[in-house]
Amino acid sequence: MELFQIDFGGQNRKKVVGIDLGTTNSLVAFMDLTGPVVIPDPQGQNMVPSIVSLSDDGHSFVVGEQARPRLITRPEHSVYSVKRLMGRGVADIRDEVKLFPFKIAEGSENVLRLRVGDRTMTPPEVSAQVLRKLKTNAETYLGEPVAQAVITVPAYFNDAQRQATKDAGRIAGLEVLRLVNEPTAASLAYGLDKRNDGVVAVYDFGGGTFDISILRLHEGIFEVLSTNGDTHLGGDDIDNRLLAIALEDAGTEWGRDVSTVGEAVQTFRQAVIRAKEQLSFAPEANLEVTFGGKAYQRTLTRSHFESLIKDIVDRTLSPCRQALRDAGLTPEQIDEVVLVGGSTRIPLVRQAVRNLFKAEPHTDLNPDEVVAIGAAVQAAILAGDVQDQLLLDVTPLSLGIETIGGVVTKLIHRNSTIPASASEVFTTSVDGQKNVLIHVLQGERELVKDCRSLARFDLKDIDPLPAGMTRIEVRFLIDANGILAVSARDVRTGKEQSVEVKPSYGLTDEQVDAMVKESFEKAEEDFKARQVREARVEADNILAAVEKAKANDAWLQLSDDERASVDLAINQLLAVYHAGDHHLILDHIAKLDAATVRLAESMMNAAVQDALKGTKI
Amino acid sequence: MSQSTEEHQCWNCGEHPPSQKAARSLFCQFCNSLQAPSPDYYRFFGLPKVLAIDPENLQRTFYQMSRLLHPDRYGRRPERERNYSLEATAILNDGYRILKDPVRRAEYILSENGFQVGEQRSKEVPPELLEEVFEFNMMLDELQSGDDSVVEQLDEARIRFLAMLGGIDGELKAAFLAHDRAPDGEARLKTLTAIRAILHRRRYIKNLVGEVDRQLSSRNA
Repeated sequence: MELFQIDFGGQNRKKVVGIDLGTTNSLVAFMDLTGPVVIPDPQGQNMVPSIVSLSDDGHSFVVGEQARPRLITRPEHSVYSVKRLMGRGVADIRDEVKLFPFKIAEGSENVLRLRVGDRTMTPPEVSAQVLRKLKTNAETYLGEPVAQAVITVPAYFNDAQRQATKDAGRIAGLEVLRLVNEPTAASLAYGLDKRNDGVVAVYDFGGGTFDISILRLHEGIFEVLSTNGDTHLGGDDIDNRLLAIALEDAGTEWGRDVSTVGEAVQTFRQAVIRAKEQLSFAPEANLEVTFGGKAYQRTLTRSHFESLIKDIVDRTLSPCRQALRDAGLTPEQIDEVVLVGGSTRIPLVRQAVRNLFKAEPHTDLNPDEVVAIGAAVQAAILAGDVQDQLLLDVTPLSLGIETIGGVVTKLIHRNSTIPASASEVFTTSVDGQKNVLIHVLQGERELVKDCRSLARFDLKDIDPLPAGMTRIEVRFLIDANGILAVSARDVRTGKEQSVEVKPSYGLTDEQVDAMVKESFEKAEEDFKARQVREARVEADNILAAVEKAKANDAWLQLSDDERASVDLAINQLLAVYHAGDHHLILDHIAKLDAATVRLAESMMNAAVQDALKGTKI
Repeated sequence: MSQSTEEHQCWNCGEHPPSQKAARSLFCQFCNSLQAPSPDYYRFFGLPKVLAIDPENLQRTFYQMSRLLHPDRYGRRPERERNYSLEATAILNDGYRILKDPVRRAEYILSENGFQVGEQRSKEVPPELLEEVFEFNMMLDELQSGDDSVVEQLDEARIRFLAMLGGIDGELKAAFLAHDRAPDGEARLKTLTAIRAILHRRRYIKNLVGEVDRQLSSRNA
């Protein structure tokens, strides 16, 4: 019998990091006894741009700031804003494809795949590259391997989008201990800062998503009362608006339409983003682009900018009103509004928040870093290092099942605190029926066609009995990550019923497993390929040096045997040169080296000495 | 050894609960590990089967129990205990959702006592509302035939319905207290029958308010 459980492993417990996997930028943070810190990359940058580019040799990836210039120089090899595609089907993203240079690969009917150089990659695989970069940065900083993480997601992400994020973590070699909603994570960081009890609204307007969450803070409990949002509304939309205008304008001025030239579009995009950012601080900004020997220059005033983006900013307001209604609160009952996400730097956005909530928004926290900091706090909570705080989050969307007539019957309503569950009893309708298929959907609408299909659960191997005799209780459980699990039990026998899951979007467990395996194999393959390349470079060097030495008098001073053995070694090296085994190449380099010892010795003149320098002895 | 104590044997240390009370606890009295939860909402909140519940008290218990049960607290525990924590927290949250809402709480107790509850019963008009409903339907007919003058009457009807709802909530409170005071058995069942009738009336009026709102908003649109 064990009376006390004492954790002796406290000193060398594995570290858990918090990751903000953003549309535009991603960050990794860690919390220790001194508090949470954002982990910089080796160059000292806290933010890693969520840009992934396949290297020219197709063997590795360039991620982050180093990948940014490649958006212009290698648009076919580079992907950004991939978060917009997470957990989505090819039919959902028609609009995105018009606005973003995503190249959808063939065979994407079931699982969306992107063309990246000569590879095809699913969105979770692309995201995994960003995660891997953050993992490496964290390992370098902390000086130890990192295998566990908390990753943040937009609060309004549905089940498929959450699952895709979790898959990305797995592919990157991270065990995702928890998915945390971004605004909730921000509230943790805020609560750490303020330690006030009250009702807080978190307005999170990021690069690609918008969330609003309303929370009650009470003695370390962070209870989410309601959440709402739009997973396709963000700073990207503002950029696209400005970009479309600038491209059309430049096309007219230059007499040439450049809106289909990837390089031009990227150059313009980066210019309008710079102008947008300047306008948060200055009353006007210069938009300057040179491309293909032509120059485009405009001055954009803040008031003009605001008139261009007003409808985008206004789109954030109706989710806010809905969240207030769902929480049963009036704007006056909100004690404070916390701003999160880079887009909240825009003065018009702050104005809109001020008007709606009739309160001055809280801007002390860095809106770019607050989510990552909150994720680190949650990581510390899960690690048991933080005891006095607890997050009680909700599911953003109602969960239901398809019933007769294409109608959705809701089982778990939106804004239910998670984990949450519901049970439903199903019966067979035909004699001897062995399967029951349950279609699960997410959304607020009445009809199946207006909701998001989540998965089909197949209750298999039912005992064949007369219709209606079998009663199967199905339990729907949404876990603390907001992800659904389904289990079933035969009411009569109490026996566990097997359930096969067919996700409507995204990857099956088997597919993710294959990707995890492949990523390890790829890493191994990539490493091997690099070793072969390096061996060949070394072989090139020695072969060139020997060839050069043959022109020297010393070559003729060797015996016939000696010359023959050098030639033999050369031929043997050439023979293995194209085989993909670096060991063989290195072996034969060593042999050629040995065969040419006498040659080297007898060539005391400087030219030959120089020629043989640089080869390994 | 009886089967019930066998059932309650701790999965972790193998000990049996020393008393009936201990057997109902969520935690093992010996090693303090979380046990498989049972889905009784009242037990989770440590409440007797009463209907008059103080919401602040309920919230306080909810927060306390969350601190004890939430999966975030079990990150470093064995997988089995992590699963119990997930199950237990789901029951806690489901229970809080139901118990904090007087109507759903009453429906929960009703269905536990074998009463039929739910939408299908709200079709028939409660007798005390017959006249009101008759007038209301007349108004809707007039509205349909293009008589806009009834809009004002509709507004009045809405105010009347809302006042009725207020009155019903008062009745419900009183009925809850009557239920909680009644001795177990026949007397208690009688209070439940009364509560079911009140709920039925309440649901019907709520639907009427919804109907007025629909009519008025389609008018304004």
